[in-house]
This record gives sequence, C-alpha cells and structure tokens, in this order.
Amino acid sequence: MNLLSPTWTALGYLVAAVCFILALKGLSSPASARRGNLIGAGGATLAVVVAFLSEDLHHEVAIIAAIVVGSVVGVPAARRVAMTQMPQLVALFNGVGGAAAALVAGLELTQHASQGAVSAAAGAFTVLVGCVSFAGSCITFAKLQELMTGRPVTFPGGQYLFGGGLAVAVALAAWVVVQGADGRPSGAVLGLLALVSLGVGVLFVLPVGGADVPIVISLLNAFTGLTVAASGYVLSNTLLLVAGTLVGASGTILTRLMAAAMGRSISSILFGAFKGSTAGTAGPSSDRPVRSGSPEDVAILLGYARKVVIVPGYGLAVAQAQHTIRELAELLEARGVEVIYGIHPVAGRMPGHMNVLLAEANVPYEALKEMDEVNPELKTADVALVVGANDVVNPAAKTTPGAPIYGMPILEVDQAQQVVFLKRSMRPGFAGIENDLLYDPKTMLLFGDAKDSLTKVVSAVKSL
Amino acid sequence: MDAMTLLTFFVLSVFVGFEVVSKVSTTLHTPLMSGANAIHGVILVGAIIVTGRSDSTLALVLGLVAVVLATVNMVGGFVVTDRMLEMFKGRSRPAGRGGGDAGGAR
Repeated sequence: MNLLSPTWTALGYLVAAVCFILALKGLSSPASARRGNLIGAGGATLAVVVAFLSEDLHHEVAIIAAIVVGSVVGVPAARRVAMTQMPQLVALFNGVGGAAAALVAGLELTQHASQGAVSAAAGAFTVLVGCVSFAGSCITFAKLQELMTGRPVTFPGGQYLFGGGLAVAVALAAWVVVQGADGRPSGAVLGLLALVSLGVGVLFVLPVGGADVPIVISLLNAFTGLTVAASGYVLSNTLLLVAGTLVGASGTILTRLMAAAMGRSISSILFGAFKGSTAGTAGPSSDRPVRSGSPEDVAILLGYARKVVIVPGYGLAVAQAQHTIRELAELLEARGVEVIYGIHPVAGRMPGHMNVLLAEANVPYEALKEMDEVNPELKTADVALVVGANDVVNPAAKTTPGAPIYGMPILEVDQAQQVVFLKRSMRPGFAGIENDLLYDPKTMLLFGDAKDSLTKVVSAVKSL
Repeated sequence: MDAMTLLTFFVLSVFVGFEVVSKVSTTLHTPLMSGANAIHGVILVGAIIVTGRSDSTLALVLGLVAVVLATVNMVGGFVVTDRMLEMFKGRSRPAGRGGGDAGGAR
C-alpha cells in the first residue's frame, strides 16, 4: 500500500528511532527499565506498520502469515522459559536476528540492479557477520543448555583453521563486492560465503568456555546490531541504520563492562584457550580427602553462629530452593543470627542473573549485598554458606595464573571462620575447574540437591 | 539517500549508543543486553520490504524465512525482557509463589 508519502514515512521511522534511544536509556536504570522496554516495543510496532503502509509490496498476505508464525513461536518461548534458562534463549533470539539480517542483505543484492561497490560491501559484510553471529549463537546456546560441554573446546590447529576460514570468507566477500560493483553478485558465491561464515562462527565460539560464554553472547549481539545497520545501508533505510548502530555501539560498551566486571579482557576471553592455558588445578587432586557433614552438623554450625553469609549460586536457582533458603534465614534470624546474602555480579549464568532469580522468589532486596560490600564482611563471618556456587568463590581466581577464571573478582568466602558447601557432587562448576577450598580443613560439605539439603537443615535447626 | 547522509547518521548513532549505556549497573546488564537484542529485531522491517519486492519463488521463500526469524527475534526479545524486568518492580504487590512460572507477565 502506498498510503504514506516519503515525508510521513521518514517521520514515522524517526519516531521509531527516538523510541529505541529512549528504550536503551530507560533500560539503564531500574526505575525506568520496564517502561523503556515497552517504549522500544512500541517503536518496533510503529516501524513495522510504517513499512507496510509506505511500500508497494507484493505477497502481503504471506508476509503477515509469516509474522503470525514468528509470533506464535517467539511469544510462548519467551513466556514459558524458566528464568534459569533465559540466557540461552537470549542467545537464540540474537542468532535468528543475525540470520534474518544475512538473508535480507543477500536477497537485496541478488534481486536488484547494482547500487555500487559500497552497497555490495555492506551486503557482503552483513552476510559474513550475520552468519558468524547465527552459528556462534547456536554454539553458545548448546553450551548453556548443556547439550555440549561448557568447557573450552580446542583441537590442534584450531586457530589456523579459524584464521584460514576467516581469510576465505573475506576473499569471498571481496568477490561479492567485485561482482556487485557493476552487476548483481551471483547467488552461488553469496551462498558459499554464507556457508564458510557459518563455519567461522562455530570455530569462533568453540574455544570459549565457562563463565565467559555470556560475554560472547553480548559481543555477538553487538555484531548482529552492526549487520542490521549495514543492511540498512543496503536498503537505504535510515531506521535500520540507526537502530542497528545503536545496538552495535551500546552492545560493544556493554560487552566491555561485563568483561570488566569479571576482571577479563575481551581478547583473553576469545583467544585465551588458543594460547594453551591449562585448567588450573584440575588433575589428580580429586583423590584428596574432603570433610562431609550431616544436615545436623550444618545446623549446629549455623544455629550457634553470630554471623552467617549466604552465597547463592546457579545450583540454588536450578533446585528452586530460594524459598527454602529464605525460610532458613528467617529461622536463624529468630535465633539472633545475623544473616546476609553475598551476590557475585556473575552468579548464575549472566551478570545480574542471580538478582533476577532471587527477586523472583521474593527474597528481600535489601538483604542482597553486592560483592564489594560483602567481601569485607566475610572476614567477620562465622560461617559462609555456599549453596550451589563454585566458580565465584574459587580462590584459584586469585592464586592460580593460567586458570580459566584467573583474574575474576571473587567472593572471599575463604576469609570466613568456617565454610559450608551445599553441592550435588564433587563435579567442578561451570568453568570446569577444581576448587581447592573444598579440600580445606575448615570446609564442610553437604552433598545432595540444594532444596533437599536445605529442607533437612531447616528441620535440624528447628530441633536445636 | 546519498552515502554522506547515511554516514552522518551512522557516526551520530555510534555516539548516542555509547552515551546511552555508559553508566549501567551490573544488575541491569542482562536485561539491557536482552532489550538491545530485541531492538535489532527491527530487521523485520527490512525483511518485509525485500520479501514484498521478491521476484522469484526462491527469493519469496527465503524472504518469508527472514520475516519469521526477525519476528521471533523482535517479539520474543521484548517479551522476555519484560519478564525479566517484572522481577525488579517494587515489592508492593504480592507476587505469585513457586519460582518456575511467571506466566502472567503484563
């Protein structure tokens, strides 16, 4: 339908772009975050309506049907996903966005008369980076969903294969530019570029492991933003250009902030595994003796303490034990024990994830202490109760150069008088490295599902 | 639109993008990433336009695939971000119990 004049179309897109800026601005502060997200959704809806009203489109019914199909897939997935599995869903959404951008740019290049070399270059860039983002996101999804190992996957010559693949992809992209400079690039070359780029994306993310995966999701998110910007250039659509650039730029900053929160550099995350760093203290140490206790032992430790710091981790969230831990905290407080929660910035699977998970379980927000706040307090704590966390309290981050988590700020539970770990097994955490603290004489382990164990500890505390 | 104008848009947007998120607390990193993710779902506009101009069956099919994928990205992204942010609301309203499902978002 050609209902909107170019001026009204441009105005509509401008309003949508402003909505996106306000959305990102709003998402930076807790008070306005939800409203910001809704403004973003409103802007996106407006943009789609403008696209329909301003262009002379064929196949309108089929397009609307496809939008319905996409909504029927996307909305229930987003509504039903357990909060613990949200990071991998975000990765998947990002990946399909990258794939869509690659398809859009490829179709525009092959269907229309040449718009010059610059446009062809933007299109080739979109296909290359969009496919890398899609394949990389699929791998991060598989890692987080535990369809494959979360550890870095490396093999001899992996970095040369990656470098070689990237070089081939760039050469194919250059070919597309040459063809596109005064004609249409052939679909076959574009298809080949897409295939090679998919392989590059896989090789790009395979060596990343453990707690670094979310940072790579954020980086791929920025990549997809840039592909959307480039396809906006190909289509001469200012909204795609502006929105994509906004996401590319803010995503880059966000990636750096997330990496900084973990004391990592982006290059060490991406290429650390290539340098042959070994997995710290992993090895025969598993034979060392550990001290495990009964729920009653743990109850006595906690019940007669003056100050307890609870360190919740992903294991707590998976077991849905948030309510039980709150019950335990209330019982202890009734006995005059001071109880606080120490929250590591990357506890869970992503920065801020644990805050979301605990808030969902109505743990009072005031009791949650950030890492910088709680670390000095741990020295004065009688007991640190670690529930289903491992990497974020692993002293190897401070003491073992070469460990995958070396340099990451940790919660210093080793400073507490006593440490209690609730764990399912001796299996290492997400980063795949052993925690020496488990073998420390002042550490007591209680094996089992976090919820079961906590329920038993609660009833043991009641009968003290 | 000429290349210079588009370049101007691009450069200015880079600065706005940097500026807008430069001071965000760790707590909001995940929702912000998810929200930005939903925004690049606006590639749906591009998918609609190329599909509407498609001149072969193959192009039409690929275009429709792009529309479906972009819709999943955009709609799903905004919904999942909203669900996350719902958790940050004040404690005034007694929320449903039992962690796993926060079905009534919105």
